[in-house]
Amino acid sequence: MDILPILSTLRRHKLTSWLLILEIALTCAIVCNAVFLIGQRLQRMDMPSGVAEHELLQIQVADVTTPSNPYARLAEDVAVLRQVPGVISVASSNQVPFGSSSSNGNIRLDPAQPERTLFATTYFGENLVPTLGTRLVSGRDLQSDDFVDVETAMKGLGNGDSKSLPHVTLITQTLAERLWPGQNPLGRIIYLTPVVGLRVVGVVDSLVRPNAYDTAKAQYTMVVPLRMGASKDQSYLIRTRPEDRANVLAAALAALKKADPQRVVTTQRSFDEVRRKFFQDDRAMAGMLVGVIAALLTVTALGIVGLASFWVAQRRRTIGVRRALGATRGNILHYFQTENFVLATFGIALGMVLAYGINLFLMSHYELPRLPGVYFPVGAVLLWLIGQVAVLGPALRAAAVPPVVATRSV
Amino acid sequence: MFAYYLDLALRSLRRNKVLTTLMVLALALGIGATITTLTVLKLLSGDPLPQKSAQLFYPQLDPYPKDQPFSRSGKKLPWLMSYIDAMNLLHARKAERQAVMALSQVKLTPQGQGGKPFYADGVLTTSDFFPMFDAPFQYGAGWGSTDDESRAQVVVIAGFLNDKLFGGANSVGRTIRIEDHDFRIIGVLRPWAPQPRFYAVHLGGRDYGKGEAVFMPLQSVRADGMTPNTVMSYGPEHTDMQHLETAQSIWLGLWVQLSSADEAPAYKLFLGNYAQQQVALGRFQLSRVGLWDLMSWLRNEQVVPDDVRLQAGMALGFLLICVVNTVGLLLAKCLRRSREIGVRRALGASRGAIFLQFMVEAGIVGVAGGVLGLGFAELGLWGIRHQPAQYASLAHLDLSMFLFTFVVALVSSLVAGLLPAWRACVVAPAPQLKAS
Repeated sequence: MDILPILSTLRRHKLTSWLLILEIALTCAIVCNAVFLIGQRLQRMDMPSGVAEHELLQIQVADVTTPSNPYARLAEDVAVLRQVPGVISVASSNQVPFGSSSSNGNIRLDPAQPERTLFATTYFGENLVPTLGTRLVSGRDLQSDDFVDVETAMKGLGNGDSKSLPHVTLITQTLAERLWPGQNPLGRIIYLTPVVGLRVVGVVDSLVRPNAYDTAKAQYTMVVPLRMGASKDQSYLIRTRPEDRANVLAAALAALKKADPQRVVTTQRSFDEVRRKFFQDDRAMAGMLVGVIAALLTVTALGIVGLASFWVAQRRRTIGVRRALGATRGNILHYFQTENFVLATFGIALGMVLAYGINLFLMSHYELPRLPGVYFPVGAVLLWLIGQVAVLGPALRAAAVPPVVATRSV
Repeated sequence: MFAYYLDLALRSLRRNKVLTTLMVLALALGIGATITTLTVLKLLSGDPLPQKSAQLFYPQLDPYPKDQPFSRSGKKLPWLMSYIDAMNLLHARKAERQAVMALSQVKLTPQGQGGKPFYADGVLTTSDFFPMFDAPFQYGAGWGSTDDESRAQVVVIAGFLNDKLFGGANSVGRTIRIEDHDFRIIGVLRPWAPQPRFYAVHLGGRDYGKGEAVFMPLQSVRADGMTPNTVMSYGPEHTDMQHLETAQSIWLGLWVQLSSADEAPAYKLFLGNYAQQQVALGRFQLSRVGLWDLMSWLRNEQVVPDDVRLQAGMALGFLLICVVNTVGLLLAKCLRRSREIGVRRALGASRGAIFLQFMVEAGIVGVAGGVLGLGFAELGLWGIRHQPAQYASLAHLDLSMFLFTFVVALVSSLVAGLLPAWRACVVAPAPQLKAS
């Protein structure tokens, strides 16, 4: 197909051609960035937690009157939950992966260093590793004689008695690699305060923090052997088989209620729900962006249909003449398809520059990385396709113009 | 003359129904998206207390050690204040009114047999809170500064809680159990929920939504052992939640009301003197202070979610594409009617008349797009109300946005009509007539 006659025709329709190119360029620019943003959100929503999400349940209860011994109360509750049929393992924790509410600490590798090394989250609770289903890669799990009651630890902090403080911790592989790259983390000390030094006794594969807003720091996690008492902020975590979750949750709630009919259940959910809730804004935003892309491509396609129809109607006589001089229907069809392809290519080229500009603007205003090159061909292919689909109708109508039109005066 | 143009435009639009529908539909989609996102943006970045906001200020101090600043960059001042500093500034009474506040999740147990306990958001504050923020009372009144000092067990409840517990009746004088302590109700608020919840920023509450259920004297509930949602420690030790008053922790917000914005420099000077005094006493290492008026504070803390601003920007880009699309289609239409224009020109119509005729046609497309766009905007807002965001229930079209829809519609269609109308009015009549 010869491009030159097409270009010379377009030169005579400069204004309308430029408008179409501009529309395609703007669409291409926005679509490239929107697809990129969707990719970012989907990637975030896929963040691994390191725990057996489909096998876990979370329950939070609040007592009407504060129990006289919260530690005994917690132990009773855990014992009650272990008796529930279908329960594989039970743990209690001050926080849960993707649970939003979190406890964090500044950690240092040297008690005298002025600046913190990093900001890590701290899980407090017994039996967490087997219940959450995170894998121990090296060292050992926390044992019950590692654990210290939180009240005792607080008193110890107050009077400087280091015996009543916890001494060991579990950390994630990511944290170990960040603190001591390429070295064995076991036996090394992390300082939560100048007097609280914790020796790393085990490394777990992966355990995401409750406040995983920054993907790079999502795995800065420690498990500290502090025993918390029963309270409204404490969560009971139950591991069961995926198909038993609904039954076990109902039975567990009934068992807790039976132990104390006065208490209030404030949270009861599966970990699928925890994850869904944590990423709900990302999902909503991704859905909105898909809607924007669909609407944009529709509007642009309709614009192409409109302008192409106009051109076909305007050139009916020319088409008739060409047909009379021996052009086949296929030639006419291809002419309009090529014309659209040429316009789309100009638009896409301009759109790429614009897309890059928009990305630079977004990078300076929001925490977004640079638009990777792969998104440019995605946008280009999408717009070429939309253009070809939109022009097909008018082009077929043009091909159907009979040669006899050439002989008629308009 | 205008009626004649209107008639001509309607005829022309009717002649090519498909093209007209395409133009109106595309413009309506763009307008619908723009109005939906702008309504949300306006809602979220609005002034929570329009009559008072210019007088309300948020002071900041910096008790953090020099080498361990509050923020990584060391530029940001701490969001909250320690109990000692907040109380010192409160008792200095250098402003017209001043109140400290924290938020807490509290357990409420209705009085009587079988009352089922439940959790609600509570504000722990001091007496000036109600007059300073113009909180309107349905029954009773707030507490006084003597109640603060005497640790009175009194509470002001929100209208929605009064409806829930007492069926909306005057409940002043009745008792409600909060975290296992009895509190006497002394006031019931009318529905009151400033948006955004400026005083809850950084206190661990929601930035938008229906508001808190109970308001209690800070010192009374602290004596009862209730703890705030957010506590940040600036000392080397872990915070002991039972002794927050003496801990090296920030957990209180302080708001002050000045008689006018002109008083702000004087108050800032007072803050600076206070900070220097604390440095001299060895309590602080840094003497820098901050004083924000309400709207600047909200802007600086970026209360409006990034996603909402991104959506608004995207919708504006979408509208731009829709306008370009309309320009193209209107231009196509007008070029096709060159002969009609030639005839009208030959019969004596001036260039201005032709221009006006085409602008009227564009305007009609705009009005139609506006009406349909309003429908799309309502649909979009309905969609937002069913999203899981804090502000979801507030997303409604108000009168000003309703009118603004038509402004946007008319402006965008007239801008789109300019180029086609100019092309139409420069058509030379003679060649057009010759051709036929």
